[in-house]
Amino acid sequence: MVTLTEPAVIDQMTPIPFKVRSVREELSHTFTLELEPPNGDFDFQPGQFTMVYAFGIGEVPISISSSSTREATLLQTIRRTGAVTHALGTLKSGDYVGIRGPYGTPWPMQESKGRDLLIVGGGIGLAPLRPAIYHALENRDDYERVVVLYGTRTPDDILFETELRRWGDRTDITTLITVDAADRGWYGAVGVVTRLIGRVGFDPSNTTALVCGPEIMMTVTAERLMEGYSMEPSNIYVTMERNMKCGIGVCGHCQFGAKFICTDGAVFSYSEVGHLFDIKGV
Amino acid sequence: MSEMYVSGQSGVGRLIQALAERGHRVIGPIVRNEALVYDEIKGVEDLPKGWTDLQEPGRYRLEQRGDEKLFGFVVGPTSWKQYLNPPETVLWSGVISPEGFVTDPAPEPPKYAFFGVRPCEVAALGVLDKVYSTSNGLPSMAGYTAIREQAFIVAVNCVEPGGNCFCVSMDTGPTAEAGYDIAITEIVHNGNMRYLIEAGTPAGAEVLGDMGNLEEPSEAEIEARDFFLTEAAANMGKTLEVDDLPELLKGNARNPRWESIADRCLACANCTMVCPTCFCNTVDDNLSLDGTHATRTRKWDSCFTLGFSYMHGLPMREGVGARYRQWITHKLATWVDQFDEMGCVGCGRCITWCPVGIDITHEAGAIRRADLRDTPIGIGGFA
Repeated sequence: MVTLTEPAVIDQMTPIPFKVRSVREELSHTFTLELEPPNGDFDFQPGQFTMVYAFGIGEVPISISSSSTREATLLQTIRRTGAVTHALGTLKSGDYVGIRGPYGTPWPMQESKGRDLLIVGGGIGLAPLRPAIYHALENRDDYERVVVLYGTRTPDDILFETELRRWGDRTDITTLITVDAADRGWYGAVGVVTRLIGRVGFDPSNTTALVCGPEIMMTVTAERLMEGYSMEPSNIYVTMERNMKCGIGVCGHCQFGAKFICTDGAVFSYSEVGHLFDIKGV
Repeated sequence: MSEMYVSGQSGVGRLIQALAERGHRVIGPIVRNEALVYDEIKGVEDLPKGWTDLQEPGRYRLEQRGDEKLFGFVVGPTSWKQYLNPPETVLWSGVISPEGFVTDPAPEPPKYAFFGVRPCEVAALGVLDKVYSTSNGLPSMAGYTAIREQAFIVAVNCVEPGGNCFCVSMDTGPTAEAGYDIAITEIVHNGNMRYLIEAGTPAGAEVLGDMGNLEEPSEAEIEARDFFLTEAAANMGKTLEVDDLPELLKGNARNPRWESIADRCLACANCTMVCPTCFCNTVDDNLSLDGTHATRTRKWDSCFTLGFSYMHGLPMREGVGARYRQWITHKLATWVDQFDEMGCVGCGRCITWCPVGIDITHEAGAIRRADLRDTPIGIGGFA
């Protein structure tokens, strides 16, 4: 008979009820749930995610989009794509969701102290980056230049637009936005997000890049930073997404090469996973 | 090696009895639906006396041996994972309440004794322990640890390997070296059925001590045991060349061989269901009709299904070739990166139960013969 490592928590698969304090419609298909942790506190690090459970419907992995220090509530920004996210999208203030986590690896905020931060987001990929931006602004002296580059489809798809505009007015952070397509009412940049890289100042030899968006956008951004700016892949971080059922490395769904995205990631350095991006069906 | 005892078939029966008296539900091999499967056994008379199994790629038949052997076969379509991680388990259930929901109490974990665990299967239990007990310091998979820690393991060493066995290649058999409470070797000596029994743990020694009436084996009996086990090691049905295998597979992600396998593979998932180490699972959430009571069920899942890799509407592994590559590359290559050992123990089930007879040892060999690592197509593989 064997004795296995005693688990710290007996059952990691049972969600804990969190009360919905508010629901905010962000974009036509995207909303943010503000959740109250039952014991008033929820410790996590920028870049981590939770499994969010709609009672009786199912569970989905969702990145945390709130500050890891500032508020007592937890923000989860969700796009309506399937049964669970649609169910979550019908919740109102006072309803409950189940939460497991936080899970996954964080953005390298500690390791990046004293360096420039180049934060590149695409679409809803800005949500998991927002805690990193908050962290950088709350600990502004820990970092040199802080640059946020954001690309999305159209001017109507700009996530956290008010906040991006506010950051754009600040002098201690550079924020640029581009869209793939726009009509004549748009006065900003048009084109892919990598085209913004050349328009901002940063020191490639002392920069950590945090990149989140569709896989093709992350690949193109990383390749541009490596080829155009000689950045080391180990200084470029991406956050990955796959089907997840457990979040704790036992269901096998998020296997990606030799990694479980839920426990080895979801934040990876490009040196860990970059070679897998161009193999179909990994 | 601990002290060795010997008995006839009555001693095997007394051991089953002793485990039952200690509160274990004893699970062992029985014949059902023309296959050897694991289910509850009450006594030695439930064991498949005189049966053997003929195994080839995609082929399985039972035959009468014409002798009295209790363990004259190897492994069937079931494995012990069905007791440690049942095909369907209620993970939790709960009822809606003013504070969200309240979890129902969990049932007591069953206390099993696994009787007739083959050395490759003992190794498979160790593989599952690594996967399920801790991952990056996170707690275990719900339910597994509680059942596993109470399970008493009676191993049976293999003196007659099956047609698809390759435990020697995987270094997991034919003799169980550790991981069992009691190990049995069945031999025919001077025309008599003899069972050499040894304890592998203090719990095993205690059970044997309480049984009494066990004899000391003769020198000749111990020699016969060792001879049969050495012979078994030399008579494996299959061989898997494991040298450099992880790097070989990771470096051949674009090998056209995967598409040739896809032409034959039905993506039926049989290989993953019968595999004693395949651990993937999914969860299914259900709601009562009045919307007040929810149940979450964990079910076995397989990387061969299209839905396994679904992510907001699209499968990540669309082609069957990519799915087979994922499976074999995980088993024999990336598993080593994750858990410091291969995820294959050489039991041969995936070969036997593949409806079209795809053979993991043959396919790994085919990739080795067509190794593309030194060509442009091989650069930038999984490695």
